[in-house]
Amino acid sequence: MGINSPLTQNLMPNKTFFWFFLPTGLAMILFIGLPIISTGIQSFYAQHDQVVKEVKKCDPFGCTVSIVVDNEETTKLREAKPLGKFNGFGTYIDRNHLAIDEIKKFWNETENLGAFVDQVTNLPFYKALIFTLTYCLFVTPNVLLLGFIIALSLNAVARKIRGPLIFGTILPMIVTPLVGSLVLFWMIDSQGIIGANIQNLMNDPYLSLKSSKTLTWITIIIYGIWHHSPFAFVVFYAALQTVPQEPVEAAIIDGASRFQRIKHIVLPHIYPVVTFVALISLMDNFRVFEPIIGFSAEGSAQSLSWLIYDNLVNEEVILFGSAAATSMMTIVGIAILLAPVLIRTWKEFKTAR
Amino acid sequence: MDYGLDRKSTSLKTFNTIFIIVWLLIACFPFIWTFWGSFKVRADFFSRSDWWYAISAFNTLIETGGKFTTDAYTQAWTEGEFWKASKNTIIVTVFVVSISLFLGTLGAYALSRSTERYAFWILIAALIFRAMPHITLVSGYLFPFFQLQIWGILPTTIVVLVAINQPFTLWLLYSFFKTVPKELDESALIDGCSYFQAFRHIIMPVMWPGVITAGLFSLMLAYNDFTVTALLLNQENHTMVPKIQSYLGTNQHEGNLMWAVSAVVSATAPLFMLVMFFQRQVISGLTAGAVKG
Repeated sequence: MGINSPLTQNLMPNKTFFWFFLPTGLAMILFIGLPIISTGIQSFYAQHDQVVKEVKKCDPFGCTVSIVVDNEETTKLREAKPLGKFNGFGTYIDRNHLAIDEIKKFWNETENLGAFVDQVTNLPFYKALIFTLTYCLFVTPNVLLLGFIIALSLNAVARKIRGPLIFGTILPMIVTPLVGSLVLFWMIDSQGIIGANIQNLMNDPYLSLKSSKTLTWITIIIYGIWHHSPFAFVVFYAALQTVPQEPVEAAIIDGASRFQRIKHIVLPHIYPVVTFVALISLMDNFRVFEPIIGFSAEGSAQSLSWLIYDNLVNEEVILFGSAAATSMMTIVGIAILLAPVLIRTWKEFKTAR
Repeated sequence: MDYGLDRKSTSLKTFNTIFIIVWLLIACFPFIWTFWGSFKVRADFFSRSDWWYAISAFNTLIETGGKFTTDAYTQAWTEGEFWKASKNTIIVTVFVVSISLFLGTLGAYALSRSTERYAFWILIAALIFRAMPHITLVSGYLFPFFQLQIWGILPTTIVVLVAINQPFTLWLLYSFFKTVPKELDESALIDGCSYFQAFRHIIMPVMWPGVITAGLFSLMLAYNDFTVTALLLNQENHTMVPKIQSYLGTNQHEGNLMWAVSAVVSATAPLFMLVMFFQRQVISGLTAGAVKG
């Protein structure tokens, strides 16, 4: 055929595709792709040390030599090489990140494994990693469970009143995490309605969120479940609408209990959706950050994202290198998290061809 | 599940009703409580002596002479310059939504109509981009933006938010475009339309539900963003969410908590009304792609 007809091939010509996709592709390459590379480069640099000079001061009693910071030279150096000095993997292995030397030292010095783990989990990076993973581990399954239960439950009420009920249910999800956590914090804080009542109930006027690390963690995890469950609910609710009626009715006639019906008919039907929700909520939970600010929990709970934020809002010098190194390791974490899904997709894609 | 055959026992129904009421209370009460408290003075809403003051308005009565006061609102909006923050939020939101939709519809249409293997890989790449924590991207932006001297201004933030928003918008609109039959644009192509004309005159008119859903999500992202706006905008250009955070105060300076409370209510109310109005679109957006697996 002489004419390059898209109709016979039933696909869009590459050239047309290119022009349609160019704007969004460019936006993503420039502002998602390049920043990742920029982060990678920055992670190999560290901020300059201050330039010092020796100042000789003489008075009638003799001369003293003191070392002072040469501000002028420091500024000059910073302006000449704004990226900082090359540091290789130095930032990655320093105390605030992987802390290789410290771990070696702890390994040699501590007597039992418990003490060693204790020491290591007190290092900033590992502390944040453990909080982030704990948060993911507790929030994700509970979100799936609670979302599913709410969906089943709402699916059983009369159609007429479902609209307002759904609206009420999705409220925690549509507010920004900072606002959501603040709204809860103001109630749970020792001066808020729930906090004050718990104090009365426990008869402990000093009981407060900030006083206990465990309590803070539990609160943030509860917040996470509260905030993310509506998302799981909405997806599950929509999926429940597509469950075929016949097998359910057949099962009822066969005398299957409600629980058996859910387990053997409903769950298998919505299984793909469950993986989807689990994946999305895992991705979102891994970046937990705003609630730590909302609950003012910096003292006892730090996440990987929070560490990066803390480096970037540093008062004196922004710690680009340190933030970038943590960012790169966070990205590696995301990659590990996503790997099973990507491998599965790749296999499906290959067999499909 | 209310099927004809399915008879629920009374106890199950009661249990279900109780469960829903409890859940709705958990979901909604914090917002109702904050709304209520925003009309009190600080000594009542954050009472050191008795939480009941928040309801009886003990101090509010003493300080203002009435049971309710709008002082927190007036002060936050004028003195606290919340008006400026909301102006900035409106600018950012309007631009992010319109640019996102413009880029997103073009790209997603192309993706949905191409059968080449690169279309598949682009979608996978978008999924990976979607997974990137925003703060890691911000740590990549800051240094170059300082060097180029484009840090702190609204246009930079708008472009960044548009880009961050693209992966999700693409996936969402892609699954919507997939539901539009290919025969529709093919017949237009036979009639001599170009791809762009088919897109513009045939496909877009039937795509409005999808576009509205995608628009709502872009709006929520731009309106709710904290990470990007807090770090990429200077004080002057702060939008509502970072502004609320600045009211909270730090160890160095005391904030003004009641400003934060009233600002939270002011920022949340329009969002709730919008979602109430577009509830169906929000839900169809969240489930697009998911239900089909």
